[in-house]
Amino acid sequence: MSKIIKILGTGCLKCQTMTGVVKDVVSENNIDANIEKVEDIMEIMKYNVMSTPALVIDDVITIKGRIPSKTEVLELLK
Amino acid sequence: MFNWIQNIADWFVYDVLNLEKEQHLVEALNFFIYDTVKILILLFVVIFFMGIVNSYFPIDKVKNYLSRNKLYGLEYLMASLFGVVTPFCSCSSVPLFIGFVRGGIPLGVTFAFLITSPLVNEVAIGLFVGLFGFKMTIIYVLSGILLGTISGVILQKLKLEPFLTPWVKEVLANAQREQDKFEAEQLSFSQRLPIIWAEVIKILKGIIPFVIIGIAIGGLMHGYIPEGFFEQYMAKDNLFAVPIATILAVPMYANASGILPVVQVLVAKGIPIGTAIAFMMGVVGLSLPEAMLLKKVMSLKLIAIFFGVVTLCIIISGYFFNLIL
Repeated sequence: MSKIIKILGTGCLKCQTMTGVVKDVVSENNIDANIEKVEDIMEIMKYNVMSTPALVIDDVITIKGRIPSKTEVLELLK
Repeated sequence: MFNWIQNIADWFVYDVLNLEKEQHLVEALNFFIYDTVKILILLFVVIFFMGIVNSYFPIDKVKNYLSRNKLYGLEYLMASLFGVVTPFCSCSSVPLFIGFVRGGIPLGVTFAFLITSPLVNEVAIGLFVGLFGFKMTIIYVLSGILLGTISGVILQKLKLEPFLTPWVKEVLANAQREQDKFEAEQLSFSQRLPIIWAEVIKILKGIIPFVIIGIAIGGLMHGYIPEGFFEQYMAKDNLFAVPIATILAVPMYANASGILPVVQVLVAKGIPIGTAIAFMMGVVGLSLPEAMLLKKVMSLKLIAIFFGVVTLCIIISGYFFNLIL
């Protein structure tokens, strides 16, 4: 089943870096996933996170407030 | 304590490069190497240490602590202290603000956190130790904490809730002093270490260019601007120097890494230390990009009051330091 990945962030550098890392991992490992960048603050607030960027996989917040490494993201997507 | 770095710089400049002593440019180069090595070492140590603290002290715990405990007025000081150890990226300001409001934390306490966090951070602390020594660093950290605490208390007294944007008022109405469920990352120290390490390298990579440029500019100014040059414009008894420096600083947006090496030279050339700290705090603490982000949660009037109170506090602390130092 295709995974739904959301990256929450208002568009700062850190959030863009996280998006890049996630996209790389997905394409390098042929993972079946839908990546969505959530920049709307109202949407972000629904997830109740206080530090961005946050990584949401299938509606579960997995990482917040920091940029993960590629291996970390791959671990989470397995 | 840093003598050995001076020895390395001397050895490199005079022995390896075989340059003549007592030339402007050679002395500037020596100063540049010494300062760069010293500051990079200090930055590394401080950022690494703060990274460990922060890994065990994430923002959710801070919020839960503040909304759970009745602190009888001490909550402003606590929020301000938490602001020192938790890093703060200005793009997190809105989610963080809402998180605090939702947790039932008073507006003034939230402001205390929002003010201290960018003002006193690991990079600024590392640079301060390297450039001004330990005594000045302690003064800087304490003044940042006091500034956040006092501004927070004042802002709370002003009863600013009506100036929040409508959707935030709604959040406020539904606020409850309850704990959000918080799943701590269950990691051992050895599992945390690589994450902290990666973060340290990332921060260092991001700031090294600015630090080096700042030190280079500082080094050149050091060599070419005569001692006491600024004294004629910005002497301690010039009553307008502190407010002018602070107000000039607010629209300038820079992080501490580039501005501090320059400030150090300004101080060496005769700018009073209180004026210099006020200038630095204005640059680091209040910025237009942050104001733009805060517009999503606050009316323009509230942003203006917020910036006004903080500017006033910075000016007062500038006068204070000029008086006691």
